[in-house]
Order: sequence, then C-alpha cells, then structure tokens
Amino acid sequence: MKLTRRIALGFMFATGMMASVVTTTTPAHAWEPTKPIDFVIMAGAGGGADQIARFLQSVAEKKKLTVRPLVPNNKGGGSGAEALIALNGASDKDHSILVTLNSFFTTPIRQPNLGIDIQTFTPITMMGVDPFVLWVHKDSGIKTFEDWLAKVKADNGEYVMGGTGKGQEDSIVIAWMEKNFDVKIKYIPYKGGGAVAKDLAGQQIMASVNNPAEAKGFYESGDVVPLIAFSDERLPNLPDTRTVKELGKDFSYYNQRAVVGAPGMSDDAAAYYRDLFGKIYDTEEWQNYMKSESLEPLPMDAATQKEYWKTQVDRHTELLKAIGG
Amino acid sequence: MMEILGLLNDGLWLSLQPTNLLLIIVGVTLGLFIGAMPGLGSVNGVAILLPITFLVPPASAIIFLAAIYYGAMYGGAISSITLGIPGASTAVATTFDGRPLALKGRASLALITAAIASFIGGTVSNVLFTAFAPPLATVALSFGNPEIFALMLLAFATFVGLGGDDIPKTVFSICIGLVFAAVGYDEISGAPRLVFFDISGFLHGVNFLVLAIGVYGIGEMLWTIDSTRGKITSTDAKMSVKGIVSDAKEGMRRGWKGTAIGSFLGFFVGILPAAGATPGSLMSYGVAKMIARNPKEFGQGHPGGVAAPEAANNSASTGAMLPMLTLGIPGSPTTAILLGGMVIWGLTPGPRLFTDQSEFVWGLIGSFYVSNFFALVINVAFIPLFIWMLRMPFTILAPMIFVLSVVGGYAATQDMHDVWLMLGFGLGAFFLRKLDYPLAPAVLAIVLGPIAEPTLRQSLLLSSGDPSIFFTRAIAGPITVIAIILILLPLFKKIWTKVKSAKAETPA
Repeated sequence: MKLTRRIALGFMFATGMMASVVTTTTPAHAWEPTKPIDFVIMAGAGGGADQIARFLQSVAEKKKLTVRPLVPNNKGGGSGAEALIALNGASDKDHSILVTLNSFFTTPIRQPNLGIDIQTFTPITMMGVDPFVLWVHKDSGIKTFEDWLAKVKADNGEYVMGGTGKGQEDSIVIAWMEKNFDVKIKYIPYKGGGAVAKDLAGQQIMASVNNPAEAKGFYESGDVVPLIAFSDERLPNLPDTRTVKELGKDFSYYNQRAVVGAPGMSDDAAAYYRDLFGKIYDTEEWQNYMKSESLEPLPMDAATQKEYWKTQVDRHTELLKAIGG
Repeated sequence: MMEILGLLNDGLWLSLQPTNLLLIIVGVTLGLFIGAMPGLGSVNGVAILLPITFLVPPASAIIFLAAIYYGAMYGGAISSITLGIPGASTAVATTFDGRPLALKGRASLALITAAIASFIGGTVSNVLFTAFAPPLATVALSFGNPEIFALMLLAFATFVGLGGDDIPKTVFSICIGLVFAAVGYDEISGAPRLVFFDISGFLHGVNFLVLAIGVYGIGEMLWTIDSTRGKITSTDAKMSVKGIVSDAKEGMRRGWKGTAIGSFLGFFVGILPAAGATPGSLMSYGVAKMIARNPKEFGQGHPGGVAAPEAANNSASTGAMLPMLTLGIPGSPTTAILLGGMVIWGLTPGPRLFTDQSEFVWGLIGSFYVSNFFALVINVAFIPLFIWMLRMPFTILAPMIFVLSVVGGYAATQDMHDVWLMLGFGLGAFFLRKLDYPLAPAVLAIVLGPIAEPTLRQSLLLSSGDPSIFFTRAIAGPITVIAIILILLPLFKKIWTKVKSAKAETPA
C-alpha cells in the first residue's frame, strides 16, 4: 500500500484526537521509568539530530514531564549502526529509546550483516520531518533553478556540490537530481551538514542540499540563496522558493525526526513514552522550534508508523539502488 | 575601534553583575574539577550542565557554560601533570613534559607554568577575538579542504622532521596512530571499515582519549612499577609562597617562547572549523620543540613543553568560539554543544548574530576576560592541594591512577569495550616504550588522522585525483612546500654530513 501524505495527515489527525482523549481519561500511568532513560542519538554531538534530542530533553526537564531524566547518549558510529545495535541488544528494553534520522532506514539496507530488522523496533512518536532545500552562494549570481540547471550542464561534470557521506540523505537527493534532470555533478562527501554549510559560505563548493535549519544563519545574512525545495508544499519560511513538484516531478524528500523504542519494549512502557513525547510535541517550545527550524508536522499513531517505515524502507531500497550505494 | 571598546565595556559590566559573576566563579570551579577528571572534559561538562541553564536568561546561561569551558581548559593540565593521565583531550600534550617535571619533584613549576601560560593564551586570544572577529571569520572560510590538509601535513612534519628522535621509530609510531584513527566508519563512502572481529564497539572508532589514557595512565603506571620494582616511593614535592614566585619566574623564563607560540598558533588553529583545541595544543607543542635551542630537552621535563600546549588550548578554546558565533559553525565538539544551547535559547547563530544579538555576544566576550582571570586565581589557589596529593606514596597513587584510568576510559564513550581497549593500549604502550619507541607521535596521529584523511580525499575528489591542488592554491601551496621541506630536512642533513665527510676523506 502506498501511503500519501494527505491520507497520513488525516489519519494521524484522527488518531491524535483519540490519543488526547485517552491521555485525559487515564490519570496515572501503568508503567513509569524506575531509572534514568537511555536516550540514544543516531548521530554525533552537535549535528541536527543531536540538537533535536537535546532540545527534547531540555523541554522534558523544564516542564518536569518525566520522573526520571532522559540521558542523551551519542552513538553515531557506522552511520547509526552503533545505535541500532545498542537498541537491538538493550539489556533493559523499557529504558532504551532512540532519536532517529533516515539512517534508521538506510543503514540496515546498506549493512545487512548487522542483522537489524527495524520492524521489530517499537514506534513511539513522530516528532516531525525535516525538508531539504537546494542552496547556492549569492556570489554565484544564480537566482533561479533554471539558471542553475543551465550552469551545471555547461560545467559538464565539473560542478562541485557537497553533502553528507555516500548513501546518506544528501547524496540520495543529489543523485536523484542527476538522474531526473540529466546532469553530472562532482560530489564531495562531508562528515556533517555544518561542515557543508561552512564550505558553501566559503565558496569551497558551489551548491548544497541542506535542511533549512542548517542553512538558516547564512540564509538570514543573505550569503546563500535557496533555489528549490524538496517538500510537498512550499515552506512557510521560504514562501518564494518553488518545490520540485511544481516542476512536474513527483518527488519529495524529508529527514525523519522520530523517537523509537527498543525492540521488545513492553506495551505499558511504550504507552508511557508515547504519552511523554506527545506532551512534549504539544508544548509551545516544540511547536515554535518546528516553526523556526522549518520542520513539518507528520504525526501518526504506532500502527501507521510501522506502515510508514515499510514504505520508507522500500523507497530507500529503490533510491539506493539508483545510486549504486 | 572606539566602538568595539565601548561594546566590550558594556559586555564586561554585564558579566560583572552579581548573578553573572557568581555563575562565572561556580562555573570555573566546576570546570576545573571536570577538566581534572580523566575522561571528562569540557564537552561532558557543558553537555551535562546544559539543561540547568534554562533557569537563567540566555546571556547568563552562555556565560556559565563559557566559564565551565574555560575552567576545564585549566583543569585538564592538573591530572596530566600530577598523575600523568590526560585530564581532558586538550591536555594530552601537557603530559609530555608536565609528568616528567612532576617526577623530578618539580610539579609546582609545571602547574604554575601551566596556569600562567593558560592565562596568557586566554588573554591573547581574547584581545585578538575582540579586535578582529569578523575579518578572521573570513579567513576561516577561506580554508577549504586542501588548506586544512596542508596544515595537517605541517603538523606531522613538525613531529617527524625535527627533534633528534629516532626517525624510523617516530614514523612507525605515527603509522600505528593512523591505523587506529581509521577504525570504524569511512565518512566518504559511508561504509564501516576495520571493525575487527565484527565487535560493535569498533563501529564508533577508537576514541583518542582511550588511546591517550591507556598510553599515559596505564602504560606510565606499569613503567613506574617496573622501574621501581615495587619499592615504596613518593615524589618529593614541596610548596611555599616563595617557591611559587620563583617557580613562576622560572616557568616564564624558560617557557615564554612556548607560551607565545601556543597563544597565537592555538588561536589560529582554533578558529578553523573542524580543528579545535586538541590539534592546536599538539601542533604548538611540536613547533615549540622545533624552534627550541635544544629540542632534546623536550619530553624530559621542559617548562616550554608545558607552556606551549596549555597556552594553546586556552587560546584555541576562545578561537573556536569565533566560527560558532560569526558563522554558526562549531570549531570544536564543545562549541557544537554550545551552539545547540543557543538554538534552544531561541538565538540563531550565524553572520547576523553580532548585529541582532549584540548584548548577548559582547556579554559572552566580556565573560571570557572575567572567566580567564578567575580561572587563574582559583587554579593557583588549588595548587597546594594537588601537590599534597603527589606526596602520597606510589603504592597508594598507583591504584588511584588505575581506577581513574578505567573510569576515564569508560566516561569517554560509555562503553565497556573501550575500557578493555584502553587496558590493551596500556600494555602495548609499556612494551613499545621498553623498545624505545616514542608514543607521542601515535597520539598526534590519532588526533590529526581523522582530520587529515577526509580532507585529503575530499581535495583529491575536487581535483579529480590531481595532487597539484595542494601546490597551486594560494594558501595551501606555501604550507605544503614548508611541510615537505621539514619532512625531508633530516634526509638533507644526513646527505650533507655524508658529502662533507666524503670530501674530508678525499685528499685535495
């Protein structure tokens, strides 16, 4: 079954309402954490996923939403493989949760020897999805996507773009552009989005596909110019930037920002975390964060999340096949 | 210029307000102890304490975190000197000469030199930061991958080419470090590599603190046990006010060159995103050794070998704030966390921060000056305590070193795997030292390898495999040439002496 975003949106709206009814009628939890919660992050300190995890932790702390603290634990090794292994073999499944990005889907595909089946993981809460945008430096003089395409074609394989490592989000989007707009791009992989943003501002590379949050500082100062968004609708923070859909290509790409529980987590513990992150989701802090960092809401219940994972795995298998990674 | 002084003045007043001043003093003291705990550094201190900063306004919050950052930079030197275990990643180079000084009974000289050099490094970088922040941000941006690789080459060259160590053994030591640096994950291809026996602990690579604590904590302990054969020994460490003054004088007389190098080089390396304080301090040590009149004294207990890395790590820690504040790009792992904090407080780091949030920025800069001053005072006040610790017999110190090393090895990544690895490195280091291999180059290689390798490969991707990219670019070119000359210097020297002796032998 292919799930469109609209159906998903409607779905979760209904389930969200239901969830809120449920939470107001159950005063006490059937399960509560009895020790600090291992809050594993699939990326190193300082990246986008790390920032979000620490933000969630700070909101929980500030609003006193948990009886035991969330303890951030960066396990970015092996493109998130380390984090997946840690959760898969967690000795205390009820106290181990994970903040994910798309390597949750791609890493098990690319490293089948890990023996990770993400369908065994426990869905908790979808905190939002982070869109991708194509950026160039203002000194390039390029103002529209059409100019950009002409320039890339003229450079004939010498046009330099930077992004995260091969097989990760940035390389998937860029590979898609190469294939669908029939261009050749020289791709330089970097460790993280921050390094890419810096080298774009310093004109060491000519363009990048960063999340709006990563490019925000340079966008506001006018150093970088957005050309096209890989989102379904135009982004409220970048209202003049067209989407690839407007160019007639049926494509959008987001980074998943979700909280996931260890495989085999008890139902009561899962219910506790869904309630906890649902509350964090509804706080003014998180809502403002989503708005200012251009995250889009995509709430869904547990069953829908599992369906979503399935479609994402299929989709990434296909996308990865296309780039030979 | 006048405008800058006015803004700085406002910033200083802001950081001298009672609440902020209290936060600075508490932060510096906390940082000092966090830094002194092996395995815990400024990264951990800032990360752990980040959530409690929501109780105060953003300016006070970042002042508090900056004070912890500063305190930890001072504190790292303490265990490096007294116990020989690097207290923080940034203080690894401090063990090279700090520990030998302590073993000679000159711990107070080492600690005081470290404190003064840190203060000077911090002050120099604060002044540079205040005066030149925006133009320096442009310099940082002009350093692309080829430039950074050239700089790394230069850092290796300072360790290989000079100093009179056994060169093949130095190169071998560097290679060991490079192999461990490559373990884990290849960020270019995005694939895992060198994951020995499929042990998942290798996926996150070999944390260099694990290597450093193993080599300097466990390795050093084994070495001492071996050389004393279990005899009860204690270090003769004395302490008096008069001693402090004369130590301060001696430290500065013999360490001023190292302090000067560390202050400027540390700042410069610090402002380059991706580098940070650890490479800065190691490079400063290398350069200080290189230009010393007698490089052989380095590693045997030379105050210059303490001054250079300590001045550098403080200077670099301020320097690393520069790309964070002006560009929104962290220059070190700690600033990455601080950056996250700023986003949580609702600030957008980036080019507009200086204009949009002027009070915040200048309050922070003002707090650098104030933190630096208090860190010096508090650090000097605690020196007698650390000296007292050293007077304990080795039979008591050894188990303490062992426990602290194990805790430190675990704290770095919170994985038992790394504790075993650290013990293994300790054993390995002991045997290598028995065979007279220098170990500092291995530590240097595991720090610089993860920067050098991707920048080399990214540069070659950029040039489609043509190595001339390192020579033709305006900044990278001269650095590469100097590095290559330094590497080849010992070879030239050898040929020169051969030619000379050959000439002397052939009758004219």
